[in-house]
Amino acid sequence: MEQKQYAISMSGICKSFGGVPVLDHIDFNLEKGEIHALVGGNGAGKSTLMKIMTGVYNCDDGKIFVDGKETKILTPNDAKKNGIRMIFQELSLIPTLTVAENIFLNHELVKNMHTDKKEMALRAERLLKDLEIDVDVSAKIQDLEVGVCQLVEIAKALSVDASVLIMDEPTASLTEEETELLFKIMGRLKSKGVSIVYISHRLKEILHIADMISVLKDGHIVITDKKEVFDMQSIVRYMIGEKAVNQFVYKERSIAVSKEVLLEVENLTWEGNENSLSFHVNKGEVLGLIGLLGSGRTETMEVLFGLRRQRQAKITLDGMRLKINSPSDAVKYGITLIPEDRRRQGAVLWHSLLSNITLPNLQANSRNGRMQHKKSRVFSEICVDEFNIKTEGIDVPVSSLSGGNQQKVVIAKWFKTNPRILLMDEPTAGVDIGAKGEIVKLVREFAQKQGGVIFVSSELSEVMAICDRILVLKNGKIINEIKREDITEEEVLQNAIQQ
Amino acid sequence: MQSSSKNKKRKFDVTKYMVYIIFVAAVIIFGVWLGGTFFSVANILNIVRQTAMISIMAVGMTFVIATGGIDLTVSGIVPMAGLLAAIILQHTGNLFLAVLAPVLLGAAVGSVNGILITSLSIPPFLVTLGMQGIFKGMAMWVSNTKSMPIYDSMFCTVFGFGSVGPVPILLVWTIVFMLLGYYLLNHCTYGRKVLAIGGNAEAAKYSGIKVNRVIISTYMLSAMLASVAGLLYAGRTKSAKYTYGENDEMTIIAAVVLGGTAMSGGTGSVIGAIVGSLLMGMINNGLVMGGLTVSQQQMVRGFIIIFAVAISNFGNKKKKV
Repeated sequence: MEQKQYAISMSGICKSFGGVPVLDHIDFNLEKGEIHALVGGNGAGKSTLMKIMTGVYNCDDGKIFVDGKETKILTPNDAKKNGIRMIFQELSLIPTLTVAENIFLNHELVKNMHTDKKEMALRAERLLKDLEIDVDVSAKIQDLEVGVCQLVEIAKALSVDASVLIMDEPTASLTEEETELLFKIMGRLKSKGVSIVYISHRLKEILHIADMISVLKDGHIVITDKKEVFDMQSIVRYMIGEKAVNQFVYKERSIAVSKEVLLEVENLTWEGNENSLSFHVNKGEVLGLIGLLGSGRTETMEVLFGLRRQRQAKITLDGMRLKINSPSDAVKYGITLIPEDRRRQGAVLWHSLLSNITLPNLQANSRNGRMQHKKSRVFSEICVDEFNIKTEGIDVPVSSLSGGNQQKVVIAKWFKTNPRILLMDEPTAGVDIGAKGEIVKLVREFAQKQGGVIFVSSELSEVMAICDRILVLKNGKIINEIKREDITEEEVLQNAIQQ
Repeated sequence: MQSSSKNKKRKFDVTKYMVYIIFVAAVIIFGVWLGGTFFSVANILNIVRQTAMISIMAVGMTFVIATGGIDLTVSGIVPMAGLLAAIILQHTGNLFLAVLAPVLLGAAVGSVNGILITSLSIPPFLVTLGMQGIFKGMAMWVSNTKSMPIYDSMFCTVFGFGSVGPVPILLVWTIVFMLLGYYLLNHCTYGRKVLAIGGNAEAAKYSGIKVNRVIISTYMLSAMLASVAGLLYAGRTKSAKYTYGENDEMTIIAAVVLGGTAMSGGTGSVIGAIVGSLLMGMINNGLVMGGLTVSQQQMVRGFIIIFAVAISNFGNKKKKV
């Protein structure tokens, strides 16, 4: 097959991290002027593949062709030179600068040795008008809605000639109208010959907008075909794969979930959410919260951990009404959170394992405020053994460990505080398959000891494997409750969250 | 997976010991340049006496910088603490009160600093700069820009001229606060919290640490030690004056950073800060003895501050995750 017609063609791409293959001989072709959707579960390799395309990572093996010519993309700058642009999930705009200044950031127009503000404003305005984005170019980013910012971000990417545009969950923070506008923009770009890689978990959107769909699973492309071939069911089936070897199977509990309520939550809500949630967790129960990005999973956890202020909620633990205003209150009550963002929230990465593990356990390792150094060393060593953390020792920084082992450090430090309630927000994100299994096992053991777990994950096979009951969230409210017995296969869950 | 405490020694971290290396280098340079007089007991004791105040304030500053903050207020508190003591001694002659009041003043100023920084999230640099101005001005105002004499001999003995055996009292105070600071930072849960906040305040918060409370306490500690330094300045000169402590904050920050505490927080060394202070004192002393003019001294000191920060940043590169 001639490669000329492709804007980008990747062939035989391999990439592994620490010996674990993430991408295994991937072939991915992007035609000119097509919208190509890339779907797959977390850790399927979507973002790794895109990072290779944009030069953030380099592939171990394989070739990349741009416009039919073999091209080495070793740095983000190489990608830029080849017209490959990525729109980031986390906005890359500078809040204190205006829309126009952001659009021309790092390629300002210069006239007579100074920046030509007038011309930049004019061009920015024209660009936005072309895209039918209605925003004042002299407005500062910090004064704009998140959705508008996302659109500005797209305009910024287009201010330089782009032939390939990669969008990673671009609609996560957009309203329905803004989403419609985005789709219109995408349509127009397409007719101009720009190729778009569209990554999303929202299958409805994908079926609406994409021309081609590729499904990635465990580092392989399972299928690439025209949109017309698929429907929601079939995509889900491809994403999940044949029900073959799956280490995440639900294990019957050796001790049944208690009938006793451990945590009762009523009217939980947060700023910007018109709805509210009420639910309970029994002793020894693992409650799953599922939903798409922005459904309120993370927010619910944050309220329970005292990170978000709110008044209405009535939270009762073991019949005692709790007042949770800060994380230290939550910890005091025995509510702990394994946060989503390990690097920022989970651990002080550049500090040692010892410092990190003892941090929430200072009381147990001190007497009258005086650290017991020997004891805390032993304490940390025990954690390393007990949680099977692969490390050179307890004095090396946590950042030197692999993602899975970093997460085990975070889990270990909290397990050692003997919590009553364990909140877990995407605990297996960026964790290799082996460590995932171990984490799942740890959660099970915790529940067996009559603790309560609230488990948030977008990895549905995991949710299926450990949750006794699952709540489906959308727009900050519970839209469905699924009992363990009613989940026959992962499709049930996939369909539930796509509602 | 087995792990043992006797794991491989990591690479020798030069930045951690940089202050000691520079210290030794400076001793050698001054020794060669100035000869024997530089090494005389009298001169060494002189350096220690001159730097006692800086050293003590550097202990407090270490905690503030270790959380990622900065405290410029100290040079405003120093003169105010001395003047307050002088006024109280003049009017009541009550030694106890003359010591207690300045320390309480320090605690109050520190807590205001801390509350403004944490609750209103004003950058520490601005809060403490403003506070420095307020107290410098206040010191000028209450003293009418005149020096206030202190006649209480007990006060001057305890805070300036006395000695314990052959050891000058100023050195005793330095050692006391150094040990206290070292104990707090290296052997107490408090130190762990301080370092964790500087390392990653978000993660510290997620670990259930009362971040704001700890930050406020570091500013209180720093301001209280500045008050103590103010008493020592007053005791040593038998007087209090609004100019005391002027520009000390810069010397202190340089000393702390030289001592291995990163400006961005998360690491900290009290002993290093003391050695850094001694180094600064030694440089001052050596430059004076070497016959440099005041303007030349100032320039050399400026270079050293840049040098200190350069080293700090060099060591910090690893930190970025």
